[in-house]
Amino acid sequence: MPDSSAWLLLSATLFTVGLVGVILRRNIIVILMCIELMLNAVNINFVAFANRLASLEGQIFPIFIIAVAAGEAAVGLAITIQLYRLRNTVEVDVASELRG
Amino acid sequence: MDQVLSAVPMLVFFILGTVAVGSSILVVAMRSPVHSALFLLLTFICVAALFILAHAEFVGAVQLLVYAGGIMVLFLFVVMLANVRDVPGTRMISPYWKGGVGVGIALFLIFASILRSGAYADPARSTDPLREHEVTRMRPVATPQGTEQRPVLVIDVQGNTEAIGMELYTKYLVPFEVASLFLLVAMIGAIVIGKRNLAALEEETVPPFIAERAATEKREKEAIGA
Repeated sequence: MPDSSAWLLLSATLFTVGLVGVILRRNIIVILMCIELMLNAVNINFVAFANRLASLEGQIFPIFIIAVAAGEAAVGLAITIQLYRLRNTVEVDVASELRG
Repeated sequence: MDQVLSAVPMLVFFILGTVAVGSSILVVAMRSPVHSALFLLLTFICVAALFILAHAEFVGAVQLLVYAGGIMVLFLFVVMLANVRDVPGTRMISPYWKGGVGVGIALFLIFASILRSGAYADPARSTDPLREHEVTRMRPVATPQGTEQRPVLVIDVQGNTEAIGMELYTKYLVPFEVASLFLLVAMIGAIVIGKRNLAALEEETVPPFIAERAATEKREKEAIGA
């Protein structure tokens, strides 16, 4: 069994790839996918520490995170569909009226 | 032989981890959202296998069902529905890509420097104590007066799903109910946001084939009624 630092390195890599994808891409659908990647990386951390510390708490939290991710994906994709109806595109920089 | 067998989880971890990281990079790099979604599916399956490797069988199964089953279908459905035509020559990455790469490298260096200090070195332990817990059961015990039923501590072996169920419905009951409320709110929100609001203006701009189909259906119904 690999030790915790290998799990944490894997999780850190996945999280970084997800974050870079969120900033880099212009397509909203791919940005939502990258957010899912980041949530998954956090789940890997929880499960690795649950295994290391022999505690079930680390296996309960991923279930809640997966529930939150499902809700987030549903609402985010609904917003994407509305944006597509309004602007006929799913690029993020066409919806920049708020100048955030 | 034992040495070979003990190296197997390590090998599985490295293969699955490499595939997961590689396909996650391809999620970001692929031009078409459909390809991104399929590589995301590969990443999710690899992560689910890793969960099972880490003795979190229930979380791995939930990951497969919810992510690979539910969320992926949602993503692919929206990709097909939006049906964005890929115009060659358009930019795929945002104008802020330099900042994104910088933030990514900085974040990864922070993570790597935390790991390098050796704070997470493992104690040598490979047993799976999540499956065992102590319970008191009534057992016949030999006494000077004969045998009688007494509470005795015994080691009970249970599955991962059973253990998580016990925790979830006793200690984490309130968060569990809050999560169900959250899912209800998210469902209502998704329906309200995604609903096509049929204002009078929009009804005028209904595509002609839909209006035609509605007229045909109306005529057929009248024909059946008559």
